[in-house]
Order: sequence, then structure tokens, then C-alpha cells
Amino acid sequence: MRARLSYAAAVAAGLGGAWIGIAGLLGSTWTVRVESLVPLGGLELTLDPLAGLFLALVGVSTAATSLYAIGTADEARDDPAAYLAFVGALGVVPLAANAMTFLIAWEIMSLASWMLVLDRRDDAATRRAAWVYAVMTHAGLACLLAGMLLLGAHTGSLRFADWSAAAPTLAPAVRSTVWLLLALGFAGKAGVIPLHVWLPLAHPAAPSHVSALMSGVMIKLGAYGLIRVGFEWLGPAPLAWGVVILLAGAVSAVVGILYALVDPDLKRLLAFCSIENIGIVLIGVGGAMVFRHAGLEALALLALVAALYHAVNHAMFKALLFLGAGAVVHGVGTRSMEAMGGLIRRMPWTAGAFLLGSLAIAGLPPLNGFVSEWLTFQALLQNVRLADPALNLVFVLALAALALTAGLGAACFVKAFGITFLALPRSEAAGRADDATPAMRLGMLVFALACVLLGLGSTVVVPALGRAAGPMVGAATPGAWGDLTTLTLTGGFAQLSPPAIAAALGLGAVAPLVVLALTGASRRRRYDETWGCGRMLQTARMEYTATAFADPFKRVFRFFYRPVKRLQLDVHPESRFFVQRIAYANPARSIFEEWLYRPVLAGLRSAVAQAQRLQSGSATAYLAYIFVTLLVLLVLR
Amino acid sequence: MTAEVVLAVLQVLVVAAGAPLLVGALRTLQARLVGRRGPRVLQPYADLAKLLRKEAVVSTTTSWVFRATPYVLFSTMVVAALIVPLLLARPALDFAGLVLLVYLFVLGTFFLALAGLDAGSAFGGMGSSRAVAVAALAEPTIMVAILALALRAGTTNLGGIVERFAREPLLAANPGHLLAFSAFFIVMLAETGRLPVDNPATHLELTMIHEAMVLEYSGHYLALVEWAASMKLFLFMTLLVNLFLPWGMPATAAPLAILVGLLVFAAKLAVLTVALAVLETSVAKLRLFRVPELLAGSFALALLSVLSVFLLQ
Repeated sequence: MRARLSYAAAVAAGLGGAWIGIAGLLGSTWTVRVESLVPLGGLELTLDPLAGLFLALVGVSTAATSLYAIGTADEARDDPAAYLAFVGALGVVPLAANAMTFLIAWEIMSLASWMLVLDRRDDAATRRAAWVYAVMTHAGLACLLAGMLLLGAHTGSLRFADWSAAAPTLAPAVRSTVWLLLALGFAGKAGVIPLHVWLPLAHPAAPSHVSALMSGVMIKLGAYGLIRVGFEWLGPAPLAWGVVILLAGAVSAVVGILYALVDPDLKRLLAFCSIENIGIVLIGVGGAMVFRHAGLEALALLALVAALYHAVNHAMFKALLFLGAGAVVHGVGTRSMEAMGGLIRRMPWTAGAFLLGSLAIAGLPPLNGFVSEWLTFQALLQNVRLADPALNLVFVLALAALALTAGLGAACFVKAFGITFLALPRSEAAGRADDATPAMRLGMLVFALACVLLGLGSTVVVPALGRAAGPMVGAATPGAWGDLTTLTLTGGFAQLSPPAIAAALGLGAVAPLVVLALTGASRRRRYDETWGCGRMLQTARMEYTATAFADPFKRVFRFFYRPVKRLQLDVHPESRFFVQRIAYANPARSIFEEWLYRPVLAGLRSAVAQAQRLQSGSATAYLAYIFVTLLVLLVLR
Repeated sequence: MTAEVVLAVLQVLVVAAGAPLLVGALRTLQARLVGRRGPRVLQPYADLAKLLRKEAVVSTTTSWVFRATPYVLFSTMVVAALIVPLLLARPALDFAGLVLLVYLFVLGTFFLALAGLDAGSAFGGMGSSRAVAVAALAEPTIMVAILALALRAGTTNLGGIVERFAREPLLAANPGHLLAFSAFFIVMLAETGRLPVDNPATHLELTMIHEAMVLEYSGHYLALVEWAASMKLFLFMTLLVNLFLPWGMPATAAPLAILVGLLVFAAKLAVLTVALAVLETSVAKLRLFRVPELLAGSFALALLSVLSVFLLQ
């Protein structure tokens, strides 16, 4: 009962947060200061449009996922205290107005999610995932702490408002160092390549409603931090920062979706895909920084609005997909897609929700993913107004990367939905799975509805996002976005009318019916087995698997995946022509772990081994160290 | 408004009615080029009529996704037919640009690939996997080619691009434009399953892409799928001739102007059809894993086209 009550409380808190957030987005601002609550500056919360947007995102996501969690609550295992701390911290982070408030909320968010990741602590893989997550998130925290304290030391204040006022007077070296530290910290949380290693381990290990919040909201707060740093705390960004973010976004998008494409684990596929989407968001953010530097405020606004829109959209469809995956994993008892299939018959609700989420995440019209990808494309397409061929080339490459990502994303979700839900069940458990409970369906329904509404209502959403993005890019006007039916971009460069698209698709759906009626077509149909070259029985062994589906990609991008082929044949002792058992595996290797993390960790280990020599165990030696240190310090003064 | 709706419906009818003719003409031409007599030009209509009359056999393994896909596919092509510039330089319903068109085609491919998986046969899965691979790899070329057009025309609205090029022919008469055209042409071959990427005439399991995906369809479902596939070819070729050679398109909706425009369009389309037939009879199908090289080549062409704009501006 305790867990269910906590989730119900989280639903209420989420709704409250969403209310405050939307009010903030629409223009309400306030500041709360409680000096005594937090050391070094007190608790300080400020609501502005950008904070309001992210708070609303946290609120809506929390409410719907908690609703779902009521349906899956496991009183014996769930950790409601950690969950409440997690969602509470998620809500405080965007509101925080000074460094201490921010860092404490940030760390509570990390620690609480770490406890939630440790869901099945009897499982070695989960423990490793939690360990990697703890190390990476604290490395990120160290960067943030160092960056914020350095900035505090140079500006004499830990309040964010003072930072943006003092930023133009900072020495360039200090400003760059601080940016690098903060960007590393935030990018680590956002899961930007190559700081992503924790994400595909930790997100799948957590219970699905927590995965939904981690992927949908928590990593967005990393992007939120990057926006605050790049546009506000450190003032207008130099060109290089924008280019770095843009390229990091493009690389993350492509690499994330490439890994998602070949992963047979449904939840890990979704986690890799989050890296892809954060990449798309950062393409918008980086583009906005470059446009702002070039003085093209209207374009900067467009790019940042595209980024924020995609952040909101991704929170909705990724949460929907994670919740759907949770229902599937709950029903089948495994995360491997190779044991799924045919679930559309056993789980029609979940299948419908997952299909809608897949269409939205693949960016297909008229759903929300299409609108934000369209906006991002339009922002990139207008790069010709930057009069610098080198920059133009960067934008063209980002455009190509985004297009490749979109194509691979569609392929990835054909696989995710098709292998999981269609054809025959590949395991006995998949043939017996039950659909989600009513509370779970309701949670998914909220997100599904959000995907549809954010797609059709983009003419209302975009101006609202413009209010949040406007102050960041220094645009004097909130920008002209066309009217209620049509989005019109700067000077008629492009137009989009989502309601018209939806209407056209609706009418288009009638067209085949009209055609069939007019031609007097026979609508009779007869059911029979799938044609199979004359063999006797149709079984799930004849279906394409997730691995097989991804094989063309594995071959095309061989240079990236570096797959290892393991083929093991057990032959009959009498003759090697009678094969008794074949074991085949073709896993991709992670070049980031092999080429980046392994050497760094090896270096770290040998450095530690060297340092260990100092640790002689003799008290006199330690006293001597203290004496020498003191002496050195005195001399240096 | 009424005139616009009438024109839009008329345009959809032109596409839907013309698409089987285009496929028939292509097949007959190819047969003649290799010295066969080949089927009648109007054969695809007879095929469609036959399929529409027949009873459909549906696999017991499939779900509603399989049965819904032909309708979705046909609908996406109808919507695409609404917004391409065909009868008028500025399409009657100009509510979205090139980017939407690309995504509409992806929507169709997405559902078709799901349907391929739904029957649970290895053929379907193989076709789906290959089809999405080719479509995904063609995507960057399409976007960069769109950029090449948008850069010169200053908009991604289809009508805007056509009007701009029709007004200033010099814009189109440069090598960058030709590069973008070539890139788009290769993408068309990949997207519509033509040689050397896919062979629309084969049922050999090793080489099938599109045919493997739709292997389980029959009756009116197959009719809709085939019809939609021919409309996709028609739409791609329309885009090629009208975006890259936008001359002779009427700017106003006068009946005579539209009739003349339609004749000019038919002539342009005929030239491209002959070119496609000659190409298809003179190349062999590429091995599947050589297709990425072809698409990488088309990407390079599109990139060069864009860079030429930046360097010459």
C-alpha cells in the first residue's frame, strides 16, 4: 500500500508541477529565497519561461509515469522513498537559482536514480550498471562543482543572475575553462557521445517507469544545463562553443541510432535511441549558438525552438515507449527481442501505444516528432545566411547526419515494433503474455495523447516555446510564426500546416475505400497459412530475428561496429558432415570502450599503482610528508 | 477555394490514372529495347482490374497491421499527389514543402516494412530489412539535394522552387543544378526499387527487395500496393522533371493553359521514361552490399552541388 500511495502522491505532485511550469511558460515569474535551508547562499528558486518549460515537462512526465507505476507497483521491492526524492529533485533542478541549490538538487537526482537503478541488486549486470553510473555521474558532478566554484571565485557570487551580468568581464581563459568544465558535466548527464557509456547500462536496468523518467526527463536536464551555460551564465557564446555542441550533437545522433539499430535488447535499444535524440536536441542548440554569434537572432530563435520542441517531444514518446516496453518485459519476462513476437494479439493496447510511439519517434507526419525534426531541418537548411564556407560545410554535414539519423531511426523502430509485436511468438512466454493493467494503460494513454496533440497543435506550441527561447538568444521580439493553421518561417522560407496534413491524411485514408467502391472490387478474403515454399508447418523458427533484421546495417557500417564473428559447430563424432549443434554470435564491439575508456582506465590504474609507493605504512614517513608540505607552502607564500 | 480543391482532386486523378500507364510504357519500351515484343502498354490496368476482382488470401499469422498497410500506403501517395507541382507551378494546396514529401514516403515504407514482417516468413523479413536499409541510406542524399535546390531558390516550398526556377532559367543552367539532378535521379532508382538497386521484374529470393516485402499480398490488397508503388514512381519522376526543368508550367488556372501544361509535362515525362528504360536495360543489378557505394556516390554528387553554391556565392 505504501508504494501505491507514494505513486499517487507523485501523480498529484506532478500535476502541481505541470501547473506551475505552464504558468511560468506563459509569463508568470517569482523567486523564493530561504536563507537558512541550504548553506552558502540559501535555497533560492526562480521561475522563468525556460525553467517553466522544463518544470512542466517534469510535471507531466511524472504524473503519467506515476499513474503507470500504480499499475505495476510491487510492494515488496519498490523503493517509494527514492522515487519521491528522484521526482522531487527533477522538479527543483530547473528552478534552482544559485549554485548550491542547483548542485544539491542535482546530486539528490543522481543518487536517488542510482538507488532506483539498483532495482535487482542480486543481479551482477545490474550492480555493474549501477557502479558505472555512479562513477560517471560523480565525475560529471566533480566537473560541475569545479566549474561553478571557479566561476563563483571569479565573479564573487554563486547566484546565476550575477553570473550572466558578470560574464562579459571575465578573462577569456577563465570563461573557456569554466565552459569546458560545465559542458563536460552537463554533457555527461545528457549522455553525449563519448560520455554515454553509463546510459545504455543504467536506463534498462531500472524499472520501466523510472527508465521513462531517466530517458525522458533527466537527460533533458543535461541539455537544459547546456542551454543555460551557453546562452545565459557565460553570456553570448563564442563561435567555437556552438560548433563543438553542433558536432557533438551530430555525432551523438548518428552513433546513438547506429547502436540502437543492432541491439536485440528492447530497453537498451530505447536507451541508445535516447542518445540519438539528445543529439538531435543538441544539433538545434549548437546551431542556435552559431546563429546567435553571427547576429542572426531570428534563425537562432528558430534553432533553439526546434531543440526545445524536440526535447519536449522526446520526453513524451520515449516515456511512452519505455512504458510500453515495461509492459512487454513484464508480460514476457525478458528484455531480449529474440524471445518476443506476436504480442499484438496478446497485448493489443500496449501494441497500439507502442506503434504510435514508434511512428512519433521515427518523425512521421502528422505526429509530434515530425514537427520538431522539420523545424530542425529548416533551421539547418538556412545556414546559407552565414557567410563562411567552412561553417556552411559544418551545417551541411550536420544536415546529412540528421537525415541519416532520421532514416536509421525509422528502420530501428520498424525493427523494434515489428520484431516485438508482429508475426508468431518466438517463445512460450511471449505466447502467454497478458496485456497491461488499466492504470498502466492510462499512463500510456496520456503520453500517446500528448504525442498527437503536440503534433497537431504545433501552431500553438511553437510560439509558447518561442517565449522560453527568446530571452536566451537575445531576440527582442518573440518572433513571427504564422497563424493558427500554418507555421510560417522567416520570410516564407518554409511553411507547414500540421492540421492540413492531418486533414489530408484523413481524407487520403478515404481515397482507397472510394477507389475500391468505384471499381467494384471484391473485398472477400480467405485466411490461410503463410506461403513457405511447400514446407509443412509454419513456426516461429522461420521468422526473421532482430539480429537478422539488423544484419544489412552491420555490414554497411562494418568499420564502425567491428563485429566479432563466433561460429561454433559441434559435429557428430563419426563424421564431420553431420552437424549436431551450431552456435553463432555476431556481437558488435564498442569502439568507445575499447579505444577510449580502456586505455584511460589502464593509465589511471598504473598511476594509482605508482602513487601507492608513497603509502609506506610508517607513521614517521607520513609525519615527514606533512613537514615537507608545510615547508613548501611556507616558502611559496 | 472551390477551384483549388477541384484542381487538387484533378491532380490526384492524373497521378492515379497516369501511374499504371507510366509503368506499362516503361515495360514495353524495355522489352522492345532488348528485342522482345513485350506486353501491351495498357497491361498494368488490366492487371489491376484482375487483382481487384479476385478474392484475397490473408495469412493467419498476420494482424491488423498487415491489412491496414495497403490503405495507409495508398493514402500517403494520394496526399503526396496533392502537393507535388504538376498541373500548376504552385500546387493548389501548398501547405508543406519538400521535407514533408520525403517523410510521407518514409511513412509508406515504414508500414510496408512492418507488413513484410507480419506474415512471419523469412522472405518478408528479408525484404523489410533490405528496404529500410536502402531507404535509410538514401535519406542523406535526399536532404542534401533538397538543400541544393532550396539554396538556389531561397525556399523549401515546392511551388516557390518551381516558380523561382521558371522565372530565372539561368539559376538552373549551372553545373551544380545538374549534380543535384543526378543525385536525385539515383535516389529515385533506390527509393522506387528500380535497377540497379532492385529488380521490379524478378522473383528470385536472393535479389528481391520490394517484391519480397509484398509477397504475401493478394487480391485488392495487392492491387492497392502495386498501384501505390507505381504512383510513387510517377511522383518521383514528376518531381525530377518539374523541379529541375520547371519550364512550360502554367502559373494561372486557365483551362487551356493547364491543358497545354499537361502536354508539356507529358513530353518531359516521356523523355525521362525513355532515359530510364535505356538505363535499366543497360545496367546489371548491383549486389545488395554494393548498393551503399552507389548511394554514397549520389551523396557525394549532392554535396558537391551544395558546395558549388557556397563557393560561388
